[in-house]
Amino acid sequence: MKIAILGMGAVGRGILEMVDGKDLGLTVTGLADSKSALMDKDGIHIEEVLSAKQERGYCGDKSLSATDIVERADYDLLIEVTPTDAKTGEPATGFIKKAIGRGKHVVTSNKGPIALHYAELQSQARKHRVAVRYEATVGGAIPVMHTLQHGLAGNRVIAIFGILNGTCNFILTRMAAEGLTYDQALLEAREMGYAEADPTYDVKGIDAAIKLVILSNTIWKRNVKLNDVEITGIDMLTTDALRLAEEQHCTIRLIAEAVPERGILRVAPRVLPKNHPLVVNGSLNAITIETDMAGEITLIGKGAGSRETASAIIGDVLFIRDAHARGH
Amino acid sequence: MKLEMKDTPGQLVAALKPISDVGGNIIAVIHQREEKTDGDVLAVQIVLELQEQRLGELLSLIKGQGVNVVRIGKERLLYKQTVIMIGHIMHTDLGDTVDRIDCTGYAEVTELTMVMPAISEPSSARLVIRAVNKEDMEQALGILRGVAKEKNLLIIEPLEEIG
Ligand SMILES: NC(=O)c1ccc[n+]([C@@H]2O[C@H](COP(=O)([O-])OP(=O)(O)OC[C@H]3O[C@@H](n4cnc5c(N)ncnc54)[C@H](OP(=O)(O)O)[C@@H]3O)[C@@H](O)[C@H]2O)c1
Repeated sequence: MKIAILGMGAVGRGILEMVDGKDLGLTVTGLADSKSALMDKDGIHIEEVLSAKQERGYCGDKSLSATDIVERADYDLLIEVTPTDAKTGEPATGFIKKAIGRGKHVVTSNKGPIALHYAELQSQARKHRVAVRYEATVGGAIPVMHTLQHGLAGNRVIAIFGILNGTCNFILTRMAAEGLTYDQALLEAREMGYAEADPTYDVKGIDAAIKLVILSNTIWKRNVKLNDVEITGIDMLTTDALRLAEEQHCTIRLIAEAVPERGILRVAPRVLPKNHPLVVNGSLNAITIETDMAGEITLIGKGAGSRETASAIIGDVLFIRDAHARGH
Repeated sequence: MKLEMKDTPGQLVAALKPISDVGGNIIAVIHQREEKTDGDVLAVQIVLELQEQRLGELLSLIKGQGVNVVRIGKERLLYKQTVIMIGHIMHTDLGDTVDRIDCTGYAEVTELTMVMPAISEPSSARLVIRAVNKEDMEQALGILRGVAKEKNLLIIEPLEEIG
């Protein structure tokens, strides 16, 4: 299958390395970063382009752009892994729509387009008989979308509870384990490369809320928006609060919760017993799905990382190849 | 409150009737097989809601029916949850915050542990709330949520056991 990739950051590079190193049957025919692009219908030499990017900071021809790749390259499936803009979803949404319009499948790790335009993108995709998949947008390597859509097919999902932000979980774990203050733990998260220079989206609970919106719309198709989520972050938490929880064999975690029957859609720090299945440590993510037939299922795994996110992306790509594109 | 009695025929009905007569509310009737030296005996446990001052009246009514109450559980509020609170807890009238739960009659703050950091920094407190049942607990947490909003306090609620 021919794939085009937009974005050569942590995720894009992870995908390229895996496609190059593993025998997946995927050929990269188009590639773009923010400054340049290249296309080759016979397949781009991945090692060369990775080292070129590392040496000079851009991957290809500066007179070409991501738009050229989307509109003109010869590919079956577009992998969209450019930065998330949670307010506008651009430029990713534009890229995705153009690819769908050309009858190409799309796989993305970008939360913006999926959180903002899920219904529209899905209906456009149906019209053009292509698939749009976004496993990597929620829970990193955890195959939560596959579990929901395929493994739990036929179940009625009653509720979901999740730890969807690794940065917050890391901070809370460190505050509880070492008695660090919130500021000290945040600093450590930065030093470890878990937190962005501007951690607002993470610590205010917005990133977790965006992922909750994506999960909710995937499951219940009610077209909820970020504004519908009641959000409380972790930035006001004190070390004392964690110690008080600890004294009762409990701890505090940032929990995203959706229970439509009870009108609950919220992200907030919560007190949980330490032996609760959702209490994972460090930057791990965890998601509990409660359904009518299967009961409760909890998935735990790495919520971010170059290879881990590549795993989710490649899972989607191969699923589409096997389910839709056979014989094309 | 819990009443325990032996399960001989007719006793259960005889015990249940007076409960409604004194305005009590039955929450659960639990049959238990208790190991006794003289063999297994079926015991019945009745969990009920009742105004404290009517307990004496109820017991004499039940006795009058010839039912033997083995034990009266003192635990009034069976459902327990821990909530953590952060903010200027003292300066926003802690007494009032606790009162708003206590005055409901169906829920109570039964423990309060407070940590005071340096002046002007927010303090943290742990409240143990007890309520008669899950619905009342929800109500009580709802009240607390309102109070917290009003007083600009952050409350960290328990995650309800799933399932
Ligand atoms: N990192 C993770 O673990 C993770 C996990 C789940 C989801 N995600 C999501 O995956 C996406 C990519 O994440 P990342 O960590 O790889 O980000 P990143 O390291 O910031 O890389 C972004 C890449 O996109 C390129 N880019 C920016 N604007 C572009 C444009 N207009 N056209 C084409 N390329 C453009 C950048 O080009 P330059 O190289 O020229 O700057 C860069 O190569 C984001 O949406 C993120 O939210 C990431």
